[in-house]
Amino acid sequence: MANPVEGKQVLMRIVVDLNRCEGYAQCAFLAPDVFTMHGEEALMYTPHADDAQREHVVRAAAACPVQAILVDQWADQRADEPTVAREADVHVG
Amino acid sequence: MTSGTLLRQITDYANRADPYPLYAELRKTPVARQEDGVYTVSTYWEILSLLHDPRLSSDLRNRTPQPGCALPVEEDPGLPVSFIRLDPPEHDRLRRLATRPFGPPKTPRRIFNMRGELAQMISELIDGFQGRNQVDLVEDFAYPFPVTVICKLLGVPRQDEPRFHVWAEAIVAALDPNPAEGPAERQRASDQARSELGLYLAELIEEHRRTPGEDLLSALALDHGPDGQMTSVELIATGVLLLIAGHETTVNLITNGMLTLLRYPDVLKRLRDDPGLAVPLVEELLRYEPPVQLLPQRTALADIDIAGTTIPRGAPIWLVLASGNRDPQRFSDPDRFEPERQDNQHLGFGSGIHYCFGAPLARLEAQLALTELARRLGNPRLVNDPPPYRQNPVLRGPRHLPIAFDDLSA
Amino acid sequence: MSVDGPSQAFKRHGRIVIVGASLAGLRAAETLRKEGFTGSLTMIGDEPQEPYDRPPLSKQVLLGRMPADGAPLPRRCAIDAQWRLGVAATGLDLVGKRVRMADGEEVAFDRLLIATGTRARPWVKEAEADLDGVFVLRTSGDAVLLNRRLTARPRRVLIIGAGFTGSEIASACRERGLEVTVAERGPAPLVGALGGVIGAVAAELQRAHGVDLRCGITVTALEGDPAGRLTRAHLSDGTALDVDVAVVALGAMRNTEWLAGSGVAAGPRGIACDAGCRAFDVHGIVTDDIFVAGDVARSPHPLFAYQFLSLEHWGNAVAQAEIAAHNMIASGPDRLPHLWVPAFWSAQFGVNIKSTGVPTMGDKLMITQGSLAEHRFAAAYGFQGRVIAAVTFDQARWLDFYRKLIESAAPFPLDFANVDRRPEGLRPVPAEFPDPSLPSHGPTVTLSGYSPSDRRVTFTPAHA
Ligand SMILES: Cc1cc2nc3c(=O)[nH]c(=O)nc-3n(C[C@H](O)[C@H](O)[C@H](O)COP(=O)(O)OP(=O)(O)OC[C@H]3O[C@@H](n4cnc5c(N)ncnc54)[C@H](O)[C@@H]3O)c2cc1C
Ligand code: HEM
Ligand code: SF4
Repeated sequence: MANPVEGKQVLMRIVVDLNRCEGYAQCAFLAPDVFTMHGEEALMYTPHADDAQREHVVRAAAACPVQAILVDQWADQRADEPTVAREADVHVG
Repeated sequence: MTSGTLLRQITDYANRADPYPLYAELRKTPVARQEDGVYTVSTYWEILSLLHDPRLSSDLRNRTPQPGCALPVEEDPGLPVSFIRLDPPEHDRLRRLATRPFGPPKTPRRIFNMRGELAQMISELIDGFQGRNQVDLVEDFAYPFPVTVICKLLGVPRQDEPRFHVWAEAIVAALDPNPAEGPAERQRASDQARSELGLYLAELIEEHRRTPGEDLLSALALDHGPDGQMTSVELIATGVLLLIAGHETTVNLITNGMLTLLRYPDVLKRLRDDPGLAVPLVEELLRYEPPVQLLPQRTALADIDIAGTTIPRGAPIWLVLASGNRDPQRFSDPDRFEPERQDNQHLGFGSGIHYCFGAPLARLEAQLALTELARRLGNPRLVNDPPPYRQNPVLRGPRHLPIAFDDLSA
Repeated sequence: MSVDGPSQAFKRHGRIVIVGASLAGLRAAETLRKEGFTGSLTMIGDEPQEPYDRPPLSKQVLLGRMPADGAPLPRRCAIDAQWRLGVAATGLDLVGKRVRMADGEEVAFDRLLIATGTRARPWVKEAEADLDGVFVLRTSGDAVLLNRRLTARPRRVLIIGAGFTGSEIASACRERGLEVTVAERGPAPLVGALGGVIGAVAAELQRAHGVDLRCGITVTALEGDPAGRLTRAHLSDGTALDVDVAVVALGAMRNTEWLAGSGVAAGPRGIACDAGCRAFDVHGIVTDDIFVAGDVARSPHPLFAYQFLSLEHWGNAVAQAEIAAHNMIASGPDRLPHLWVPAFWSAQFGVNIKSTGVPTMGDKLMITQGSLAEHRFAAAYGFQGRVIAAVTFDQARWLDFYRKLIESAAPFPLDFANVDRRPEGLRPVPAEFPDPSLPSHGPTVTLSGYSPSDRRVTFTPAHA
């Protein structure tokens, strides 16, 4: 589908439940290009990542001691997603 | 059976190979006063809650002396306790200082960038199996690997290992809470070892100060941040902590891992076909066979009401992580090893402010090691099951793990 | 079709419409599917994008770490919905069970979830709000515009209102090396949400990071040049500031206008619903088929004296959406109450601020761990002899302990010994909330009394 992020192919969408997050930084150790700590405890992350990051993001999500990281794989959801784009186009246009 | 005898049974070496039925027994009273005044906490939610409870101290100086229980021996005035045994704010300050050169936010890539090196070390160790059909996984792999890693990380010469190996053994032996085995002696031996290791590290740190390397000890010795700098003795105590923690835990994770995989050959096969399985599998190992079985160091700073019991101020508390990990109230089918278990918030690395400092490193080490062992060993099998275990009920794992195999892939 | 009694048929063939395709709407849709709803599902959202996450808009996005349109929310499962994005719902026919849309179409439903959230409160004077350089921040579109302007390195950014969003924007601007003035009517930043004691720490943080923080002040006028570009702001102390960007961060307004005259108890304070997320009608009678979740909802909470809470919190949107969705396809005793203990976070000036409970209810507080001076502490709020809320600055790992104290109505003051209790933490002090009748910036938790519907039974839109 049309990609929201500057033409790059986005394959993973990420959201962290920062209410759950206790700032253990496991994610920031294991996928430093996606998850970074801002100060000692505040997590800032990029909510999307491409295939090159997959291995690291999966590691990070598995390691989170409070399981606060939700990742979906766009590839897995192709059947669902194009509908979004098509219908959005129809109704925006 | 009284719960008092239960505690003895847990520390009893005869039950080392399979303590889990005892933990199940223990969970019948989630928070139980044992006969020597120790309060055991064995259920998941209670352990988790106490790990986040500021009324618990990790500092033994807050403990009321218990009759029949070893007194915390006076700390060596020359070498202060390390942050694993301290409370905030000192704990937080020292941990922040130690984290600066080790991880985020200041050094986010140190561990990440070690991946190649770790893989290299693993390859070399497995190459060393060449021409053999049987190895002792502990002696030939699971021990030397993390030791090489922690030496590299800290900047400790690998060839000095035989020296500090002896000290490390003596130090962790004191963690064994078995009251029947002369705790006072063990504590003395441990203190002795700790100060010898301290002296050794002090010398090494001086060297690093003069000619700094890329390693952690150099960085810690020279670093200046918002929290200032560690004092020399704080630095030595931290060095001792990291060396021991990096030494005596990961070995058990890898060994327990291989043992479990050999008991579940279908999982071993799946790992061989799909290296990605290593990621959830290691989490499940940390739940199913946690290298740190229990935390015997906590003390109540106030009376704490929990699960229908009041733990009185000053009482020693044992948080039995390995039991919480098998709590059926939290994990479905807890005695089953399920490498792809969902929502696996195990207690293998603890939780709260003392959450394992080295966890990212330990995870990578175990993931890479188990993947490579699974890939390269042809038809591996256990020589004896159960294998002989180490004495220690806290840092639990096999002493030896003989594995036979047909051949070795490249 | 009838949805009374055993709702198996409804679960299989029912028609559910969700208005508001953002966090609450999406999480509700997922929950419906995960819990076995196989009927038709329509998602109506007036934003053109698929659901995305807002918190990064004032943090990562303004720091230039990610594009403003880069945060589509991950899915927990396939939703298989009819998406009607980019089109607003304009009316609700409660009796005929239909939602009217801006494009003239109507969609019929058996059950409806309203998750239309809030929008940024605009600058009061419309002509001034239209000046080039005056921004609000609520949507990814807003963030694109603001970020573009910040990238052009304005000489000075004025932030009007020092609530969480305003403070986060100020933090991002400082990190980008921009000059920032923050104008706040109250005595300190965050006072509306956390009180004056904690607000003073927030003020210290701002000043330590080079923010020109002016409290007890309002912006009286924004002035533009003939080309319509913002050039100057006038303050209530008689001074003026040369600025080329002003961000209006005065809180949020609930998106309820589309329900005018529908008979649902919707007003400027949100849509009143019961603890099971069922909306009240204007007579205060609970409806069977209309549910509410997220920022737009106000619902009673037993832990907080059954007061109606309006929570503009990410976590509330998720938790309430899950409960609403569950209840939409459950019946009778299977229905669940929304008993989530409020919680939120904010990251600003490198500090992780987290809170649980309802701080605004607290009249006293105690610094139970750490110290204000170090900007690292945990504080507990007390109300009528019990713990009602807590906040941590860079001490998040302890917060769960306080949540349990709140849940168990633990006595306040906290007189037990614990690690890192300093002398300053031995005695409670007044929490110093400003008079709620004089809101300085939109607090994100509002206590809105006990009545299911607002006192006014007829709905009067706040703005035309
Ligand atoms: C900049 C920013 C930073 C934030 N940071 C934090 C934070 O750090 N921590 C925290 O806890 N919370 C934070 N929040 C709050 C959090 O994002 C909200 O609580 C959350 O988005 C609420 O979700 P919702 O789905 O209820 O409402 P919304 O996200 O407001 O979604 C409502 C949707 O409905 C649409 N809509 C409205 N009317 C109609 C209509 N008539 N027809 C069709 N569609 C309609 C809207 O356009 C919108 O897409 C932040 C919010 C913002 C804006
Ligand atoms: C599989 C391997 C490991 C396991 C299972 C493990 C387990 C644990 C546990 C359970 C704790 C909590 C102790 C407490 O709460 O009192 C802990 C703390 C700690 N671990 Fe590990 N550990 C492992 C590897 C490592 C490694 C490799 C290092 C060093 C690089 C390390 C360094 C530490 C330190 C310094 C602490 C103290 C943290 C603090 O007090 O803040 N660990 N570990
Ligand atoms: S690992 Fe989990 S808890 Fe730790 S910072 Fe990342 S998201 Fe937060």
